[in-house]
Amino acid sequence: MRLEMTDDEIAVQEVFAGFFADQCPPDAVREAADLGHSPDLWKRLAEMGAPGMAVAVEHGGGGATLSDLAVVAAEAGRRLAPVPLIEHAVAVRGLIATDPGHDAVADLVAGDRIATLALRAAIEGEARLVPGGAVADVVLGLADGALVVGGDAAPGAAQANTGDLALANRTLGDGQTLAAAGETEWRRMVSEWQALTAVGLTGLAQEALSLGTTYAMEREQFGVPVGSFQAVQHGFANVATSLEGAVFLAHKAVWALDSGNADADRLAAMAFLFAGETAQACAAASLQYHGGYGYAEEYDIQLYYRQAKARTLVLGPPSAEYRRLADVVLAPDSTEGAAA
Amino acid sequence: MDFSYPADVEAFRTEVQEFLTEHVTDAVLEEVDTGTVHSDDLHKAMAAKGWLSGAVPTELGGGGMSPLKMSVLIEELQLFRAPIDAMGVAIGMASIILELGNDFLKGEVVPRLLSGDALGAFGYSEPESGSDVAAAQTKAVRDGDEWVINGQKMWTTMAHVADYVILLTRTNPDVPKHKGLTFFIVPLDSPGIEIQPVWTMGYERSNATFYDEVRLDDKWRLGDVDGGWNVMKTALKFERGIAGGQFYSPPLIDATIDWATDAPAPDGGAMIDDPGLRESLVRAMIDVEVCRCFAQKTAYLADTGAPFGVEGSMTKLFASETFKKHSHWFMDAMGPDGLVKRVEGDGPHVAFVEETFRHAPVTTIYGGTSEINRNMVAEAHLGLPRARR
Repeated sequence: MRLEMTDDEIAVQEVFAGFFADQCPPDAVREAADLGHSPDLWKRLAEMGAPGMAVAVEHGGGGATLSDLAVVAAEAGRRLAPVPLIEHAVAVRGLIATDPGHDAVADLVAGDRIATLALRAAIEGEARLVPGGAVADVVLGLADGALVVGGDAAPGAAQANTGDLALANRTLGDGQTLAAAGETEWRRMVSEWQALTAVGLTGLAQEALSLGTTYAMEREQFGVPVGSFQAVQHGFANVATSLEGAVFLAHKAVWALDSGNADADRLAAMAFLFAGETAQACAAASLQYHGGYGYAEEYDIQLYYRQAKARTLVLGPPSAEYRRLADVVLAPDSTEGAAA
Repeated sequence: MDFSYPADVEAFRTEVQEFLTEHVTDAVLEEVDTGTVHSDDLHKAMAAKGWLSGAVPTELGGGGMSPLKMSVLIEELQLFRAPIDAMGVAIGMASIILELGNDFLKGEVVPRLLSGDALGAFGYSEPESGSDVAAAQTKAVRDGDEWVINGQKMWTTMAHVADYVILLTRTNPDVPKHKGLTFFIVPLDSPGIEIQPVWTMGYERSNATFYDEVRLDDKWRLGDVDGGWNVMKTALKFERGIAGGQFYSPPLIDATIDWATDAPAPDGGAMIDDPGLRESLVRAMIDVEVCRCFAQKTAYLADTGAPFGVEGSMTKLFASETFKKHSHWFMDAMGPDGLVKRVEGDGPHVAFVEETFRHAPVTTIYGGTSEINRNMVAEAHLGLPRARR
C-alpha cells in the first residue's frame, strides 16, 4: 500500500504542471474554442512524448503505466487543455492490443497522427459527437458488436458545443474490423478512458475550487472578504470534501486497471461518475461565490463550469451509465454487494 | 499509488470476519435492539482476542495494533452491524489515562477497561454545551484531598451500564473558558450520582447524569488542575485515531436490495428492476466506495505517522451526510412499506430501513457535528480564515 505519488510521478507532475501552465493559459483555451483543439499544443505534447507514453516500449512508446499517464491527465484537466490526450492514448493502446501491426501505429505513437475512441456504439454506422472526432485521423469504435477502426477523414471542424470540445460525427460503418466480437476490447478502452478522465476531472475541479477560494479571499463585501463568511465556507467545504474523495477513487480505479484487479471496470465507472458530479459541483460553487463576475465571459471560472459538464456528458446521459453499472453490480449472480 | 493491503492485514481481515460470523448472532443484534448499543458477550470476546488492548499504542503498554488493522476491524464490525460504542470508549479512555493519568488510574482503571470487565462513558456534553465543549459548567471544587462535584452531563451514553465516566469539569470560572477545565475519572457508583434515561427517536438509550455533592479523592483526577483542555486535545486525537463510522450505509443498501428482490412493483415485476431504485442503489454504492477510500487514506496517514485530522473530518462529514441521504432515498423507494416498524418477535432483520431512518440523524451530530467538521475543512484544508458567523 502506498497512497501517495512516487518520486518519479512527482517529477512527471512537476514537468507537466509547468508545461501546461506555460503552454496552455486560459487565453489558449479560448483561442482553441471553435475547433476544440490546439494543433500547436498537441505538437508540443508530442515533442514531450505524451501521446505514446503509455504504449509499450516494443511498440515505440514510453512504456509508462496508466498511473503515470494519469498524472499528466490531471495537469491537462487543470488547464482545460484542448487536446484529445486521453482519447488518443486509450485508442492507441486498444489498437495495438488488437492489431499491433496496423500501419498507423508508428505515427500514432509519435503523435504525428491523432486517434480517438467513439465512447458510444455507432448507430447505422455512424458514431455521433465523438470526442476528438473533429481532428482525429483514426477513430476506434463499436459498430454492430464489432470493434472497428474508422476510415473517413477528419472533418477539421467541430460541432459547436457547450464545452468547446472537438466533437464531431464520424462514420465507422465502412471501417476495418479489428475484432468481430469486440465488445470486451471496446469496454476495456472505455474503462481506461473513464478512469483517466476521472483523474482529469479532479484536476479540473481542483483548479475550479482554487479559482473560487482565491477570488473569495480577494473580493470584499460588507467590508470583509466574502470567503470569511461561514455560509460561503461551508459551501466550499462540502465540495472540497467530495473532491478529496473523488481524487482517491479516481486513482484507485487507475491502480485497479494497472494491476489487473477484477473490480477495475466497476471502479472506473464509479470513479468517472463521481468525478463528473464532483467537478460540476466544484465549478458551480466557485462560480456562485464569484457573484456576477462568475458568469462574465472574461472570467475563467465559467470555462470550468461549462467544461465540467461537457467532459462528463460525452459518454452519454449519466443516468444511463448509472443503470448500466447497476446491471453489473446488481446482477443476480454478482458477488459485489455493498458489503463485499 | 497502490491500494492493496499488506498480506498480514488481509489475513487479519479474514480472522475478524470469521470471529464476527461466529459472535455477531441474531441474539446479539436483538440485545442491541433493547436500545443499549452494547453486547457484553461480544465486548468480552473481543477483549479476549486482545483487540481492546491491542489498539492501545505500544509506548503506552498496549499491543500497538496498526491503525490500518484498526480501520479494518472497525470496517468489518460495521459491516456486521456489531455495536462498537463500548469498544471505542474503552480504547479511548484507556489511551488517555495511559498517556496523561497517574499510577493509580493506570493500575486501577486501565486493566479493567481493556479486559472488558469494566465499561466507560464519555462525560463531555452538558445541557448548555455541545459543540462548544469548553463551555462546560459542571463544577469541581477542591476540599482538602478531595474534590466536590456538582452539575449535569448530557448524552452520557452507556452510563447506566458503565463503571466509569470521564468527566470534564470547571475548576476555575474566573479565567478564559479553555483555561479553567479539569478532567476526572469518576466511578459511577459514587454517592450523589443519578442517571436518567434519554431516549432517542431511534429507540437508542442515552442518559442525562446528575452530580450532587459527589466527593472524589484527588487520585481520580486526570491530568493537571485547569489543564483539561490539553487532556481534551489528547482525547480528540485518540477519538480520531479510532474513529469508526465510515461504513454506515452498506447494511442499509443490503437491506434495501433484500426488500426490493421480493417487493412487487406497481406495474408488475419486482422493485429491484425499477430503474430509479437501481440508480439510487448504485449512487449509494459509489458513496460507500468513496468512504472506503477515505477510511483507507486516513488509516494510511495514521500508519505512517502523518497528521490525519483533516481527512478524519472529511471522512466523518462525507460518511454521515451521505448515510442520512441514503436513508431518505430508500425509505422513499419503499413508500408506505418503509414506514412499517419492527415489532416484538420480528427479529433484527425486519424493518431495518425504517430503523436506519430514525438512527441516521444521530450520525451527522454526535462525535463532531457536520458544521464543526465543515469549519475544520474550510480552515485547515482550504486555508480560509476563521469564519464570520
